[in-house]
Amino acid sequence: MNMTESTLDKDYKEAVISLLFQLADDDFLYAYRGSEWLGLAPHIEADVASSSISQDSMGHAAMYYKLLEELGAGKADDLAHIRPSSERKNSILTERANGEGFYMETPLYDWAYEVVRSYFYTQAKKVKIDSLCQSSYRPIAEAAVKVKMELYYHKLHWETWFKQLLNSTDVAKQKMTEAIARVMVDFGDVFSYGNQKQLIEKCALIDTEEELKSNWKMNLDPVFAVLHVEVPAIPEKAVRNGRNGEHTKDLDEALLTLSEVYNEDPVAIW
Amino acid sequence: MGMNTSVYVSTKRVNEILKNVKDPEIDSVSIIDLGMVEKVTTIGGNVKIVLLPTFLGCPALEIIKKNTMNAVKELADVKAVEVEFVYHPPWTSDRITQQGHKDLRAFGIAPPPRHMKEDGSWHVDCAYCGSTYVTMENIFGPTACRSILYCKSCKNVFEAMKPVSTLL
Ligand SMILES: [Zn+2]
Repeated sequence: MNMTESTLDKDYKEAVISLLFQLADDDFLYAYRGSEWLGLAPHIEADVASSSISQDSMGHAAMYYKLLEELGAGKADDLAHIRPSSERKNSILTERANGEGFYMETPLYDWAYEVVRSYFYTQAKKVKIDSLCQSSYRPIAEAAVKVKMELYYHKLHWETWFKQLLNSTDVAKQKMTEAIARVMVDFGDVFSYGNQKQLIEKCALIDTEEELKSNWKMNLDPVFAVLHVEVPAIPEKAVRNGRNGEHTKDLDEALLTLSEVYNEDPVAIW
Repeated sequence: MGMNTSVYVSTKRVNEILKNVKDPEIDSVSIIDLGMVEKVTTIGGNVKIVLLPTFLGCPALEIIKKNTMNAVKELADVKAVEVEFVYHPPWTSDRITQQGHKDLRAFGIAPPPRHMKEDGSWHVDCAYCGSTYVTMENIFGPTACRSILYCKSCKNVFEAMKPVSTLL
């Protein structure tokens, strides 16, 4: 059923693999940061939702890693757990720590940041998934249809929090405004394909960076209009581009924690 | 074809035994009635089962796979069993059978609504008293596939299976 390793053109295969790593690593880190909120979210409902969303997102990452495995890129579990930060292709936004402190000791996490990051990331993921449903690579297109149905509920959840907090007290508004600014500083590589831009766009695997950016803004416009806030501008150029393996120390810390668990029991099902 | 000593496992027998494989998180409903079984094929004593995951990150998937293998291995004449999850066609909540709806209710879970409004909102009746006077408490329930609602008539909190559709 699937196009196999041997039947794919060399350039095309490279493009598929590059894109899959970006998608997989994004969801993997996003899910990990979300899971660190377990027991810390300000509402029991938000807590349950966060863990459900993280679980779904980890499932999406696992599926992309499995597609990579089918293309001969390595074992899915290994791809997720034992690649060094220099080989990771996730956006900077997904690797950022949740705030000061560590999960196991006095975490001082920022809920406003979590809401804004999750909402903007989910909207970005939505425009990518909408586009991937028409991908020229059928296994990705089929996977995207599946992800899209689950993503609907993620968007619903984060949009509700986003609107409510921005419609709330002055303190909440202030915190949200600051969080939006912090999230946008890291938004420069979210829609970037890095050095693989030409190749990925040429192969019709997904819309161009410019199309995705414009769709993201278009989807946010009505939400922001109601809140009387401007949709923030996406930085022209990323300070660091995660798609090219440029990362912060936050990623090293995250990978250390993740691989500790994995190395303890590499055959465990996760 | 001439050798009548060769074993043959009918897909009917396999489907029959799959009715005993339940979702470990809702153990009143079989994977058949959840609509997770996409295809069963047999060649002699070799059985292949293609399953559709409900939600991709569902931690019960590996358990379901193992339970499926074990159940089918119990059948006489079965030599080897292969169980595979595929993403296409995508699992949707309208694959749940009428029997599945009944079994969900027996578990205290409202079955997923058959219809959604254009804006994506949906309505289910109370799983206990059938009242339509309910409010959504949390779209995310104890597992990815369930939501939590509150019935204003009988004042019970109940769960509902989320509608999952390609129209979302
Ligand atoms: Zn009731």
